[in-house]
Amino acid sequence: MTNTLPTDTEVAGMTPAASFLPRSALQTLLDLLLGQGYQVIGPRLDQGAIVYDSLERVEDLPAGWTEEQGPGLYRLQRRDDDALFGYAVGPHSWKRFLFPPQVNLMRSQQTDDGWRMSEVVQPVVRYAFLGVRACDLAAIAVQDRVFLQSGFVDKVYQQRREQALLIAINCTMAAATCFCTSMGSGPRCQQGYDLGLTELPSGFVVEVGSERGAALAANLPLEPLQDEQDQAAERARQRAVDDIGRRLDRDRVQTVLRERLQHPQWDAVAERCLSCANCTLVCPTCFCTSVDDVTNLTDQEVIRERRWDSCFNFDFSHISGGPVRDQTRSRYRQWLTHKLTTWVDQFGTSGCVGCGRCITWCPVGIDLTVEATLICQDQDADAETRS
Amino acid sequence: MINPHTENAETNVAAEPTTDCSMRIDPTAACDPWVAQVAVITDIRPEIDSVSTYRFRFQNPDVAQAYRFLPGQFNMLYLPSCGESAISHSGPPAHDGTDFIHTIRFVGRVTDSISRLKVGDTIGVRGPFGAPWPWDTCLGRDVILMTGGLGLAPLRPMIYAMVSQREAFGRVVLLHGSRSPEQLLFADEIDAWRAAGVEVELTVDRADDAWDGNVGVVPLLLDRLPDVQPDQTEVLTCGPEIMMHYSAVSALRRGIPATSVWLSMERNMQCAAGLCGHCQWGAWFVCKDGPVFRYDRIHSLLSIRDL
Repeated sequence: MTNTLPTDTEVAGMTPAASFLPRSALQTLLDLLLGQGYQVIGPRLDQGAIVYDSLERVEDLPAGWTEEQGPGLYRLQRRDDDALFGYAVGPHSWKRFLFPPQVNLMRSQQTDDGWRMSEVVQPVVRYAFLGVRACDLAAIAVQDRVFLQSGFVDKVYQQRREQALLIAINCTMAAATCFCTSMGSGPRCQQGYDLGLTELPSGFVVEVGSERGAALAANLPLEPLQDEQDQAAERARQRAVDDIGRRLDRDRVQTVLRERLQHPQWDAVAERCLSCANCTLVCPTCFCTSVDDVTNLTDQEVIRERRWDSCFNFDFSHISGGPVRDQTRSRYRQWLTHKLTTWVDQFGTSGCVGCGRCITWCPVGIDLTVEATLICQDQDADAETRS
Repeated sequence: MINPHTENAETNVAAEPTTDCSMRIDPTAACDPWVAQVAVITDIRPEIDSVSTYRFRFQNPDVAQAYRFLPGQFNMLYLPSCGESAISHSGPPAHDGTDFIHTIRFVGRVTDSISRLKVGDTIGVRGPFGAPWPWDTCLGRDVILMTGGLGLAPLRPMIYAMVSQREAFGRVVLLHGSRSPEQLLFADEIDAWRAAGVEVELTVDRADDAWDGNVGVVPLLLDRLPDVQPDQTEVLTCGPEIMMHYSAVSALRRGIPATSVWLSMERNMQCAAGLCGHCQWGAWFVCKDGPVFRYDRIHSLLSIRDL
């Protein structure tokens, strides 16, 4: 597991005292957050998917909805009950709020004395995330390492991250694309949250994960946790573990994949890959960006704008002689080897948290667990002894 | 694999600074790496076809005063509405508010736009970025520079610095190749470098009638170089990737260990701070782990096409 920010989310020696929040009191939690100036972001139905967006009412949550997922497949489905968090993960991740898809970095103004350049002051945003899964807590911890703990600090991410309140929801089911158990990231929320919830039909088992979470809990109409509620929550969480059928041999892939850069399977996957970049956009850890200028009509003011980019885009690796990775094969290889192996060298953690989004949202259903496993299969005894 | 940061930090930055060129620059201590500072063009000097050398000075005197770079480092030069380009320093290491110098080839949207600027025009600058040439490692040793084309520019700060402290080094050799005699960069400085104790061997791909020197690729110059002492030599090479690759091979053939061969790599760079992902090469971020790499750490990557 990866570490989180050294903030109050990791208070040494704190034992999470569990309690119970009746479902009827969930609105109280929302009101409390809104009253404290948080913009509450949580799951909502939109365009046939469960996405993360602003919400103010419990009625905004996707009660009774779940999703069917598979390689290249995502469909909303009705549940037999009216669970509010009875799904796994949709196409969005919290990345879009902590690391926005578009940011204005600086402004240049043409004056009589030439260009004047200044930083763009970023708006202060205070998010409360409701419904963070264990895999996404892990993903946030990964991006903490990328943006905060690897030399240069990304100030946009830093401000949003420091302000953000994380209310985690333990999974009580898994999608067919989930493989967090292989990546050591879930499904149980272990750390990095302020409040951790497990949903039962009558309400939520609440665990406090930080001082900020404790302060919030102190203002909630919490009830003492009954043994049967505790056991029901444990059974519900175990259901998610039992649901997960997808596997990836993380340790083998980490050591072997980097030695198989000329494997014929890269060609085979390139025949199917559209190089569309969907996988990188839905990935909760992918962090690549490009910077472009937006000029006003008089050419007197230029905004330098950063946008999400993808290593699957043709000109991503462009240098004076042309793109370095001019084939789909090399671009897929870059993405997969980075995600599963070189990320560990760079940031001390895998770039993959096993959320399965890249499998679901690949239009041709390429499954990274299958591809990585094929490439890392035993070719010869030599490969075995090396690893 | 070992963490690239600590690796380079240990190798390229000395714990005890011994000269100006070995001082530690901590880029993370600088302000927001995304925000450019305005600099004024104070001089433009045409070099060869489509290449000019620009002298810049930061408009803000405090920025100018605080600015330092090490040979091998680069700046991001920014022209609003055109974009940004990573350009190596080609002038002597700047101290105390003096100008800094870049030699630029006009090959793309940004650099073509820079070619239309005049003295007095302004430009945005972010930097310096990147791991420098291994100055401390070179101290007291023979240093062979192997450069191709514009690859001489990122090593010129090293030449200036070594010439200014010539007694601190053993042999200093420049092996430089260009496509043709008229494409020979910094041709008018070569005599001065020779006079200052630099052995210079030049070669061209295509000779003309006036050329009576070497014809062929740069690695051949090393193959023929007399009296190489492999155990006391560092090789620094900069140029097209294929040229650096074969220069390293040639160095190894002469018995110089892979740990004494250094290359400066080129990749797409947008942030220069290891945050945008464009320059990744294996586990390395070329912008912050490089551009200067020790050969033994990258030779396995060099042989893989389009990595």
